[in-house]
Amino acid sequence: MSKRRPYVRSMDGWWRKNPFFVEYMIHEGTALFVAAYAGVLLTGLYRLSQGEAAWNAWLAALKNPWYIAFHLAALAALTYHSYTWFKIMPRTMPPVVVGGERLPGWVITAGGLAAAAASCLGLLALVWGMAR
Amino acid sequence: MKAPLKRSNAPIFWALFGAGGMLSALFGPMLVFITGLALPLGLLLPADTMSYPKMLAFAQNIIGKGFIFAIIALFLWHAAHRIFHSLHDIGIHAGTGAKLLCYGSAMLGTLIAAYALLAIGF
Repeated sequence: MSKRRPYVRSMDGWWRKNPFFVEYMIHEGTALFVAAYAGVLLTGLYRLSQGEAAWNAWLAALKNPWYIAFHLAALAALTYHSYTWFKIMPRTMPPVVVGGERLPGWVITAGGLAAAAASCLGLLALVWGMAR
Repeated sequence: MKAPLKRSNAPIFWALFGAGGMLSALFGPMLVFITGLALPLGLLLPADTMSYPKMLAFAQNIIGKGFIFAIIALFLWHAAHRIFHSLHDIGIHAGTGAKLLCYGSAMLGTLIAAYALLAIGF
């Protein structure tokens, strides 16, 4: 085995030194909440398949303050995910050319955010209509 | 003769990431609000919105089934892909084991969702 111990610069906390990368880590970190929320829904779906008692126990568990706190954090994380998803979209999608001019980034972002707002309100209206 | 280029499986994972990212960006905040806050706290919506008969009927409906499956599976694949590609940034070597763990969890969740939806019946 080699006796050499070359100096390797530590990369610990590299992203904390630059606000651009702090933002990057936060928006990548929203994936943890997306995964956890999908886990909550998956648990609910599984409980639903087990019958009424299991489903009602899951519904009651959601009232636990820890679950409420988690969902508050998840709401913030998913809203931020939504915002960054459309903020980056001008760079993640192929250029859109309208009338020979490239569509400016802010139009794509604004369009995406408007679509998200419409989808959320539409979903709420749909659930409200179905529940009545 | 040169061996044919090995085709990459990356586009499949990227497409699932993109679809899940788009779905969660469009509906995620409101879904969390409805299932995690509004109903447990008794805000805004009727108290029996997610009662057993209503949810059972929703999960037995083919459109409802598709919605539930798409939400759970695509959210999982989106998160798995993003977490896998962030491992390097936090100093974890993203090798085959990490890949199997990330995408394997998403696959397992997808299979459990499919099983539960089939068990619920039509």
